Amino acid sequence: MKQRLAMPMMLVLACAAFGAQAPQMPRFRFENFTTANGLPDNHVFSVLVDGDRIWAGTENGLAVYENRQWKTYTTVNGLAHRAVLSLALDRQTGDVWAGTMGGLSRISAGRIDSFTQLNSGLSNNVVYGVSVEGDNVWVATAAGGCRFNTRTNEWSLYNERNTPMVEIWTYAVSATPSKVYYAVWGSGLLELDQKTGRWDKYDDPDGENEIVLFKDQGLIHEIVTSVSYVDNIVWAATYFGASRYDGRYWHNFLTKDSGLPSNFLNYVKGVDANHAWFCTDRGLAYYDGINWAVYRPSVTTGQPEMTIRDATGNVTPVAVTSAPAHNYVLGIDFQGQDIWVATAKGLSHGIRQP
Amino acid sequence: MRRLGSALAAAAALLLVCAAWSPDKVSAGGQRQDNAAAASTEQEGDYASPLELALSPDGTRLYVLCQQANQVRVLDAATGRTLKSIDVGHMPRGFALASAGDRLYVANSWDDTISVIDTPALKVVATWPVAAEPSSVAVQTAAGSAKLLYVANRISNDVAVLDAATGSERKRLVAGRGASYLALSPDGKRLFVTHVYPNPGTQRAAPESEITVIDARAARVIDRMPLDSIAGVFHVAFSPDGRMGVVAHLHPKNLVPLAHVEHGWAFVDTVTVFGTDFGRAVEVPLDELDRYFAMPFGVAIAPDKSRIYITHGGSDCVTVIDVPRLMHFVRAHPGPFAQDLSASANYVSARIGVGRNPRGLVLSRDGRWLFVANRLDDTISVIDARTDRVVRTFVLEGPRKISPLRHGEQTFYIARFAFQGQFGCANCHIDSTFDGLTWDLEPDGFGVDIVDNRLLEDLRGTEPFKWNGGNPNIPTECGVRTEKYFWRSQNYDDLTLADLSMYVLSIPQRPNRWRQPDGQLSPAQEHGKAIFERAIDKFGKPIPLENRCSYCHSGPKGTNQKSFDVGTGKPTDRSGLLDTPQLMNIALTAPYLHDGSARSLEEIWTVFNPHDKHGRSNDLTKDDLNDLIEYLKTR
Repeated sequence: MKQRLAMPMMLVLACAAFGAQAPQMPRFRFENFTTANGLPDNHVFSVLVDGDRIWAGTENGLAVYENRQWKTYTTVNGLAHRAVLSLALDRQTGDVWAGTMGGLSRISAGRIDSFTQLNSGLSNNVVYGVSVEGDNVWVATAAGGCRFNTRTNEWSLYNERNTPMVEIWTYAVSATPSKVYYAVWGSGLLELDQKTGRWDKYDDPDGENEIVLFKDQGLIHEIVTSVSYVDNIVWAATYFGASRYDGRYWHNFLTKDSGLPSNFLNYVKGVDANHAWFCTDRGLAYYDGINWAVYRPSVTTGQPEMTIRDATGNVTPVAVTSAPAHNYVLGIDFQGQDIWVATAKGLSHGIRQP
Repeated sequence: MRRLGSALAAAAALLLVCAAWSPDKVSAGGQRQDNAAAASTEQEGDYASPLELALSPDGTRLYVLCQQANQVRVLDAATGRTLKSIDVGHMPRGFALASAGDRLYVANSWDDTISVIDTPALKVVATWPVAAEPSSVAVQTAAGSAKLLYVANRISNDVAVLDAATGSERKRLVAGRGASYLALSPDGKRLFVTHVYPNPGTQRAAPESEITVIDARAARVIDRMPLDSIAGVFHVAFSPDGRMGVVAHLHPKNLVPLAHVEHGWAFVDTVTVFGTDFGRAVEVPLDELDRYFAMPFGVAIAPDKSRIYITHGGSDCVTVIDVPRLMHFVRAHPGPFAQDLSASANYVSARIGVGRNPRGLVLSRDGRWLFVANRLDDTISVIDARTDRVVRTFVLEGPRKISPLRHGEQTFYIARFAFQGQFGCANCHIDSTFDGLTWDLEPDGFGVDIVDNRLLEDLRGTEPFKWNGGNPNIPTECGVRTEKYFWRSQNYDDLTLADLSMYVLSIPQRPNRWRQPDGQLSPAQEHGKAIFERAIDKFGKPIPLENRCSYCHSGPKGTNQKSFDVGTGKPTDRSGLLDTPQLMNIALTAPYLHDGSARSLEEIWTVFNPHDKHGRSNDLTKDDLNDLIEYLKTR
């Protein structure tokens, strides 16, 4: 433990000694929401920005923040389950899709329609991930993936019978008109080419070993928890590091050679081909293609903390007065320059500072 | 021959009744006709069946949507003379005129298209494909030109947003179930969508409908106004200042036995008024204590907001509401009064008799003339709004003879056979289909023998009828049973029952939207078909004949016309044997099972078939079940 703490401290000191200038990284003032100020539950699994509205998927309902007021939807309102694990916005219609522990719900101008494994073609009620692409809603469940066509109401299921999926515990999905990626817990990353209908599978070349023999030669680990496909780049999060894939080359990120605060990642969201946010069990990290920034309450003191790691590995602390509500981070979304962060103990609004 | 003579005599009598309301009957050709001549004129071709009306901006032309003729007819609004008959698509159900009056968009509900009519040229200039069963259209205008076209799709339960110039579909917005009628607020900012079926809900709970409110410029749903205990919602209209909205609908009493209509009501015919003038949505009954005004459908509001006009498709009349008196009553009675049938005496100022099955109506811009489309006698009533009297009747071109089939259809839609004129067949079988409700029909106690309403399509070869197969044929189903248990009033005479039965049996199957255009099955549907027809289960064991889908649901209509105990009976059912229902267009008719206990096709097997009595299904994977359902949707 001592050794782990000593390393960053040495880097900070080294940085200070040489008087190096820390790179400019986004700074935020965090305002945190908990049950004390209107959130239905502090355990926030997911967050979604919908213009001026913020949706928070919590363990005890789906909350929406609008005009500085929280409103909560529960099973009483038709929500499939109180625990809302994932959220997606249909940007065409404004409908919100919520993946819950008891099915998939569509929230459309206040009306909630819920789809379950009993009343619909949904493969399983535990919906870890959801993504909207055109008229299709792609769903990641504990029993494989699904596609729901909102025009025909047809459900298509993807599992070990018709894809290279070995495990069917799909944890996240990122869908675009060209490619669809499934993060599969224990079975790597699945890719569907929408033009050809062909599935591909990306695995850790080290197999299920937790050691990394083949760095940057494939997916960092088989336990993939999140995927984000943006600008033809795949960003993948696993419980043992993160990966970036451009269709030809892999680049993997580990704490030992990147600014990731932990190799245990819950969520990743790419901004574009070179920028991404990583949600870990030890804080929120931002990567701008070269440098890293970490935002969190200190794992030792609990005090707000921000550090910047440059390309050479120098780490510089930045004086801050606020941090995300907790360092166990589960999700993030963007509102212009601001960020909204889902954590295990509250929802945080990161207000971008000049 | 005797039958034909009687039918003609009945038709002549009906026309004479119409004449009492029509002091100045003028044919659509502009020639004055006496009623006897009108009755004796026999022409080939389809009935016109005018359903909806629109006036040109200058008020000189009356556009008439003629559903059965598949036409829009353009009439001189002053004389009723037909200027042009324009062929459109199959079974047009709604239309809308662009604010400039230069384009008329027609929703063709059975071939899923929009006909675009160039009104200066009076011809169709484009036909655009849209989604399932387009039922009405609204035109969103910006800077004087049409920008967006909104189309309510009854079967796909959504509203399509089209580019008004090209017809290309931009997106679809989730509406309620059976999206059918549209109205733009006068400022063009909001679009209101109503629905002929209630939203899916919990079994044996009061129905819930909604008015879907769309931001017409952003093309996004922004609100869903609840209509509690309402099922069957038709037209909505706004006062010119946008401060008052009125929507016509049915308030069914489907949770208690229908058998006691003489002690209460089966339906209340109501409107809901809403908007800033009222401050809240208020449901307002139109019926009277001892007389009902069935099937409120069309709504128009006088330009000075003094009156509301509502057509009653089941009672052949127009109700006139005095708005100041209504406002006074509503303000004096803050509590709900939808079921207080004495209320209407406080604000209904007139009932104007018109033709058969009045539907769409339109007011002249100055509010002086009210035109009413009488669907089942092919006439347009012209009402002088100053006197509340029908002053002219335009007779549309078409057969004047009332055929037995037409007579049967008239019987289907009229409510006069029921005690106090409470309701007709069409109340539950909206537009000859269904209503999305389960009913407690018989005098056997509360909650006993609950039945789901079935679709009336292509019924020949699906007998017997009734949930337990108790009625061997349609005359039995529609005759004594209906008279005894439902109407509690008049019996049909033999010819009327024969004509009604003929009409019910003639209702065709609407196009199935789940079949591919080339008739081929998709791979999923093909796999589902194999499951439907299989004789061996997934473990290699033979499936007993009576436990195969294709045994009971055999033949082209998906029924072997026999009854079985498939384990879905309830303790409240008097019989465990259930009639095998036909499968045609089954995707449309949720809920399912004889009592509507399965909210979706999936639930038939995921919830209500634990012991494989309703077909061998528990060996199936979820993929298999999904494919089976995809196949069933094609039936």
